[in-house]
Amino acid sequence: MAKYPTEPLKLWNKAKEIRETFYRNYAEAHDKGGIRWAGGAWTFDAVPAGLGEDVYSLTSEPYGASLAFNRKLSLECLEATENAGWSRDLCSYMRNYWGSIIINKYAFGGPFPKPDFIWQDHICCSHAKWYQVVSELEGGIPMWCVDVAAGGCEPFMGLSPARIDYVAGQLLDGIDWLEKTTSRRFNDELYIEACWNDFRSTHKWAEICLLNQAVPAPLDEKSMYSLYVLATLQKSWKVIADFYEELYKEVEDRVKRGIAAVGNEKYRVISDTQPPWGFLKVFRYLEKFGCVSIGSLYTFGLEGMWNYTEEGQMIPRAMPDHKPKDREEATRMLVDWHLHKPEYQHFYSPKFKSDFMTAIANDWKLDGIMLHYNRGCEGLSLGIAENRLALQKAGYPVMTFEGNMGDEREFDEARTMQRIDAFMETLGAEQLEE
Amino acid sequence: MIEMFQEWYENRHEYAREWKKKNPDGKVLGYFCTYVPEEILYGANVLPVRILGSHEPQNVTEPHIFGMFCPFCRDCLAQGLEGRYDYLDGIMIAQSCLHIRQAFTSWHLHIPVPFSYYLPMPHHVQSPRAYTFLTEELKVFKKAVEDWTGRRITDADLDRGIEIMNRSRRLMKQAFETRKADNPPMTGLEAMYMSVSNQWIDKEEHSNILEIVLEKDLPGRDVGKSDVPRLILLGSEDDDTAFVKMAEDCGSVFVIDDHCTGTRYFWNEVQPREDRLAAIAARYVDRPACPTKDWPRRSRLDHVLELAQDWNVAGAVVIQQKFCDPHELDIPPQRKNLGENDIPSLFLELDVTVPIGQFRIRVEAFLEMLSQEDLF
Repeated sequence: MAKYPTEPLKLWNKAKEIRETFYRNYAEAHDKGGIRWAGGAWTFDAVPAGLGEDVYSLTSEPYGASLAFNRKLSLECLEATENAGWSRDLCSYMRNYWGSIIINKYAFGGPFPKPDFIWQDHICCSHAKWYQVVSELEGGIPMWCVDVAAGGCEPFMGLSPARIDYVAGQLLDGIDWLEKTTSRRFNDELYIEACWNDFRSTHKWAEICLLNQAVPAPLDEKSMYSLYVLATLQKSWKVIADFYEELYKEVEDRVKRGIAAVGNEKYRVISDTQPPWGFLKVFRYLEKFGCVSIGSLYTFGLEGMWNYTEEGQMIPRAMPDHKPKDREEATRMLVDWHLHKPEYQHFYSPKFKSDFMTAIANDWKLDGIMLHYNRGCEGLSLGIAENRLALQKAGYPVMTFEGNMGDEREFDEARTMQRIDAFMETLGAEQLEE
Repeated sequence: MIEMFQEWYENRHEYAREWKKKNPDGKVLGYFCTYVPEEILYGANVLPVRILGSHEPQNVTEPHIFGMFCPFCRDCLAQGLEGRYDYLDGIMIAQSCLHIRQAFTSWHLHIPVPFSYYLPMPHHVQSPRAYTFLTEELKVFKKAVEDWTGRRITDADLDRGIEIMNRSRRLMKQAFETRKADNPPMTGLEAMYMSVSNQWIDKEEHSNILEIVLEKDLPGRDVGKSDVPRLILLGSEDDDTAFVKMAEDCGSVFVIDDHCTGTRYFWNEVQPREDRLAAIAARYVDRPACPTKDWPRRSRLDHVLELAQDWNVAGAVVIQQKFCDPHELDIPPQRKNLGENDIPSLFLELDVTVPIGQFRIRVEAFLEMLSQEDLF
């Protein structure tokens, strides 16, 4: 018998509907006279929102993950990319994405919808190059890319004004470029509203993650993937910002009533980077041991904005104290907001990432940590070996498993399950009766 | 005198230790990427030495760097973990690829030195914003070096640093120009010793020897390479002398390259202006790009093609460090562009050590293909 009561999330279907609408809107944009653009999940999507309310995007990483989840289609995409001469060890999201263009199949049905322009940013070795190739594959789509690698700062202290200026300047130049490229006038009111929605989405998502400190955890990692993903689609979209506020209330209510994501919760772990999307059953397998993964560095840090208290505890970064008044202020606020986010700062030192994970381990009451040595993403695997050493030094049992978020050929399912067995044994967990 | 470069290449650590003895007030700084502004370091009486690998199998980096990152970055870190750079007073990196960044961050964590610096060299070098940004970062860096060395870096110091670097670049370019001749006066291997040793020998000393080599050694020199296929070598970091020697022994000559251990390091000079730091920044923003920074336009395609045509090559050897994402993202269009311009290419993937036997067969086949018009 389960230790805690459980129940499905009431907003589960709504999250699914929003995601479906997002991908459908992009595919059908031209039918309604709208514009399509493509760029990364990390990009400043609030900016193109200033072009009008009929402007729709396709963000690359979640799209790559959607392809990876469909293992048959993914293999077709990966092989098409390899046949075109690209190396097998490149980012697997990128290889899936390129393949989808090459074979001209959209993951959600029909041919791949060609974007009208590219709006990307760059911090890992692949971000800008990804879209250089997309542009070439599609016959030369106009491309704007912003360098956000303006340097690190001890999380989450201030970045120098010159560093903010560098990124903000590129965005402001980009707005001029957008006007020329689309022949549309940029609407500052829409832009400012989109920036505000961006702040709301990423602030509120961190607050939702904070609720998972509760025992039992109201959410598990596998479910969180379906919720955090909305911010990777379009964090500046009002529908998504509103959704997170609604979700917060539901999760808060679950905490009050002691509703668990996993009824037999006894052990708590987290993972770090993207999971092997074709094998999310890994998380269900943990449940057989009474173990729940309460999130990950990735779900917490990619779309959540955080700060540390003086005692080193993690808290959601406070919302800006006012709405921006004009384009320049909105741009600087947006840059300041995003350049401080954990997943950007983790690019500069493994220590930042180790500290972040240790803080989660302490405050979310973890028993252990699973690190995915992810061959599919060099950016988020950066420093992972050092993270392992640091977390062990901090006293946490660490399990590593090697795989690939988007290339099923590099994931050994049986071996991973065996490692989980051994890890559970380390934690003192035994398989529960069915 | 030309053999001096090989001697320096082989005895890099002994050289640096001797330099410290001769310059008790000077400091030695190890750097991980050639975007590091050495002008400022020379201006502060700091000897910059590039941290490179030793091309030997090692077993010390596995706990620190995940095996999917390039062998070069792991080889570099191994040098530190094995204590071969124990004379360093500081380390630094200028922002480039994620792979080498890990060698720097692990070095920073496990091999403490008094000075450690991360310079956020902009990636978007095609944006006019990069000039101002880098100038501002150089101000911060200059201050950090002043605090570390305990001495102020004046305009006169910067002028001296700029002149030391520019002189070296002029002479290196002059030496590489001689390889345009139908009968190049040096082999690719000698050129590699010359350019790689330039990354850790005191530039003034290197330039003094290079001047003599240019005046006395090279004119009229015959290395027996007048009638063999002329090649360009390009791709990831490469100081693999064993490979270059093998390929040239098969009957070829490398006459030019596009590597950060070669031409990319010295190709352009600082153009003097009143604001010295702005002048230095412009030099690094404008230099031939590393693939990490070559976007949205692919400027490297034209640059490499121009080198290949100006040095009249018959073919290209494109090498890539295993798992080197930036070059993996450039190599297919690079080879396509060369092919469309009638320059065939051979692609090889390098690891810390090179399978010489297997590569020899591939190089021989490639050279045979290049010579087929002569045969038939």
